[in-house]
Amino acid sequence: MKKQAIGKGLRILAIIVALAFVGTWFALGANTGWTKTSVPVTFVDEITGIESQTWEDKFVPGLEFLGAGLLSAAVLGGVSLFFRKS
Amino acid sequence: MKKQILTLLAVGSIASSAFAETMTFDFKDPKGVNNATFTLDAPLEAITGSANGVSGTVKFDPAHPDKTTGKIVVDATTLHVPNPMMKEHLHGDQWLNTAKFGEITFEAKSLKNVKTKDPTTTAEATGMLTIKGVSKEMTVPIKLTYLKDKLGLRVPNMKGHLLVIRADFKIDRADFGINPGAPADKVAETIELKLSIAGASPTR
Repeated sequence: MKKQAIGKGLRILAIIVALAFVGTWFALGANTGWTKTSVPVTFVDEITGIESQTWEDKFVPGLEFLGAGLLSAAVLGGVSLFFRKS
Repeated sequence: MKKQILTLLAVGSIASSAFAETMTFDFKDPKGVNNATFTLDAPLEAITGSANGVSGTVKFDPAHPDKTTGKIVVDATTLHVPNPMMKEHLHGDQWLNTAKFGEITFEAKSLKNVKTKDPTTTAEATGMLTIKGVSKEMTVPIKLTYLKDKLGLRVPNMKGHLLVIRADFKIDRADFGINPGAPADKVAETIELKLSIAGASPTR
């Protein structure tokens, strides 16, 4: 009984982790590239006409963030199978 | 008399243009507007970054733009890409090894195919490009824009001129020992470099 409860708990945790990572990835831009911790800010110098770029700190999760989250959820789900009713 | 005055004026203007001054433009930019950007293709997304530690000097004579020479230096330690692990690799031994080779330089020796339509000159600059300690002679298309008496607009209470240089060219990373082991299907061989910089030449 206790074993089944642990298994159920792990499956619920796996679902929460998966939803949390997918939700965060989606909410922060659904970036299909690599995770970024800064984004370019472009401006034009009005005297010279030079287009320049600075970087602004911003967390933008990418596919490896999403992949890591879903992998973690899959591991939790896989471990939960060892706690099934035998 | 009128003819003599006109002749004197004509000779004077020819003489002044023949002896037009060669100015030295300093490209050190504490405001960080001067920048160099790079792009290389990769399967997931193009890798794009920039550096704003630009300095150097260029000698330029608006009457003789074909005589332009100079050296531009990019501080390699200011190179930035938005992914932290990628940035670590970029500065690491296999890629640019910026701890050992802190500067990327281009020293222009001569210009050819010079075409001027005031205030802009387009040309091909031949010089030595040095990256990661490897020097290679290259010919690079450039665009020079001479902004006479505009320094005061950029730096209050200063008089002088500005020279804007733009360049856009490609290199092969293997030519400079930039991670030659990385397969081309993972990271492209070709790196596109763009330079947008302005130098100042104060007058007394």
